[in-house]
Amino acid sequence: MSEPEGRGDAWAEERGTSDKGRRRLESAPEASEPIIEVRDLTVHHGQLRALDRISLRVFPGEVYAIIGANGAGKSTLLRTIAGLNQPTEGTIRYDGKDVTRIRPERRATSGIAMVPEGRRLFGSLTVEENLQVGATYARTGPWTIERVYELFSWMKDRRAQRTEQLSGGEQQAVAIGRALVANPRVLLLDELSLGLAPVVVQRIYGMLPQILASGLTVLLVEQDVSQALRVASHLQCLLEGRTTLEGKPSDVTPEQVEAAYFGLRTAPAADGHEEALWPGSTTSSRGS
Amino acid sequence: MAWVNDIIQGILIGGLYALFACGLSLMFGVMKVVNLAHGDLAVVGGYVAVGVIAVTHIPVLWSFVIVVPLMAVLGYVLQRTVIQAALDRSILTTLLVTFGLSVVIENGLLQFESANSHSLGVNDAIITSSFSIGSQISIAYLLLLIFVVAVVVLLGLQYFLYRSRYGRLIRAVADDQEAAQLSGIDYRHVFGIAAAIAFGTVALAGIAYGMYSQFAPTTGTDTILLFAFAAVVIGGLGSLWGTLLGGVILGVSQAIGAQISGSDEFLAGYIVFLAVLVLRPQGLIARRSTS
Repeated sequence: MSEPEGRGDAWAEERGTSDKGRRRLESAPEASEPIIEVRDLTVHHGQLRALDRISLRVFPGEVYAIIGANGAGKSTLLRTIAGLNQPTEGTIRYDGKDVTRIRPERRATSGIAMVPEGRRLFGSLTVEENLQVGATYARTGPWTIERVYELFSWMKDRRAQRTEQLSGGEQQAVAIGRALVANPRVLLLDELSLGLAPVVVQRIYGMLPQILASGLTVLLVEQDVSQALRVASHLQCLLEGRTTLEGKPSDVTPEQVEAAYFGLRTAPAADGHEEALWPGSTTSSRGS
Repeated sequence: MAWVNDIIQGILIGGLYALFACGLSLMFGVMKVVNLAHGDLAVVGGYVAVGVIAVTHIPVLWSFVIVVPLMAVLGYVLQRTVIQAALDRSILTTLLVTFGLSVVIENGLLQFESANSHSLGVNDAIITSSFSIGSQISIAYLLLLIFVVAVVVLLGLQYFLYRSRYGRLIRAVADDQEAAQLSGIDYRHVFGIAAAIAFGTVALAGIAYGMYSQFAPTTGTDTILLFAFAAVVIGGLGSLWGTLLGGVILGVSQAIGAQISGSDEFLAGYIVFLAVLVLRPQGLIARRSTS
C-alpha cells in the first residue's frame, strides 16, 4: 500500500480543482427516501468490535464515500451491507425493507452489487465468463456485457483471456463490469484504489460519471481520501468503528478531515460527548 | 505378446477407475470435500441397481436410466443437508462426516443385505463375449464398453463445465464462493448440483463394477475408494482428463504387477501411486494454475 505523502496539501489541491465535478454530483436529489439506511450497526469479529453503532443514510443518485484509516471498519461496513458479515446489533434497510437477515445472494439479485476489496475475480474463468457469471441473475436494465465492453474499450479484444493474466487495474475494471452487468440500483465499491498505481486509480475513477449517468447510487469505501473527496457528494469518516465526521465535502475543511481520519483532537467537543467530535456528525442532521 | 495383452487390459480397466475417480475429483475441486464415502456410494449404486432390476425387470444394461437419477437426487439432498452442515463448520468436519457416512452405509448394507456378494449378470451375449486380435490379445466387449462409457462421461462433464451456464457457475463457485454470492449465486445450490453429478457418475461406476466383478458391503472402502484416490492423485486433482490418465496408469501398473507375480497386482499400483506422491505431488496433469 503506497500512501501518498503530504496528504493534507494534496487534499486542498484536489478540492480546489474538482469544484466542477462536485457541483454536478451535488445536484443529486436528497428529498426522497433513503435507498440504504443503516441504523446503529454493531459488528464483531470474534471479540473485536469492528463497528460500533454506525448509522448512515444513502439517498438515490448519491456518491456516498466512507473514508478512514486501515482497520477503521470501512470494509466491514460494506461487507455487512452486502450480507457477507452478520451484525450483532442494528438494522440495514434497503429501499424501505429490512434486509438485515437476508442472504447475500438475495440482496445481490434485489439490486445491491458489490465490487469487493482485492477484486475477487473468478481467476480460472475468462474475462467474458466473469461478466457472464455477473449477468446470470441480472435485473433488467441498461447494462449489458456489450455496454461494459464499450465502457472499457480494451476489454473486448481480451475477453477470452483468463483474468489471472490481467494487470491489477484491468482486473479492477473487470470486477466493476461484473457488478454493473447485474444492473444494480446500489453499487458498493470497496477500496478501488488498493494496490493500484495512482494513474490507474485516476483512470478508473474517471469512469464513475459514465456509470452514475445510468442512474446508480454509489456507496464507496476509500483509504485514498483525495480520490474520495473528488467524487463524493457525501462523506463519512470512520475511526476504530465509530463515526468521527460526516457531511458534504464542501462543508468540511481539510483540517477537520485530517483530524477525523487520524483521531486527532484539535478541538474539544462542545458537549463533552466523545462520539460527536464534529458538528453534523450524527445522521439526524440529514433530512428524513 | 502376453505383455501387450496385459497392457491393453490395464488401459481398459483404467476406464472403470476413471469413472470411480471423476466424482471424487469433482467434489474436491468444487467444494473441497474429500468424500470418504465415495466408494460406499458406488456400492450403494450397485445395490440400488439390483433392487431396481428385481422390481422392474429392466435389462441390466439399462438400469442406469433409473439408478443414476435416483443417486443424483440422493447426492443433492445429502449435500444440502449433512455435508453442507459440516462445511459450515469447517473443511475438516467434512472428513469426519463423510467417514461417518461411510461407516453407516457399510454397516447398514451388512445389516439389511448380509455380507454376501452380488453381481449384475448381463445376459446379452454380445456383452459377455470377447473378440481376439491375433492369437494373444483378447478384448472383452464389456471392458471396452466401460472404457467407452468413461470417455463419454468425461467428455460430457467437460462440455457441461466449460460450455453450459451451470457449468460456468460451478467453476465460478469453485474459484470464490463469496464473490459468487455477490453475483447473486446461491453457492449451496450449486454445490448440490455438483454433488448430484458426482453421485450420478459414481452410481454409473458402481453398476459397471457390478457387471465386471462382484461387490459386497465392504467393497466400497476396501477397493473402490482406494482405486479412486490413487487414480485422482496420479492424474492430478481437479483435472478431468487427469483422472482418466491416472486410472489408466493404475490399471496398467496393476496388470504389469500381476504379470511379474500374481500377488503383486495391487502392490504395483500403490508403488506407482506413492512414487507420484513423492516425485510429482501435484499429479501428472496439474490443474491449470490457481493463484
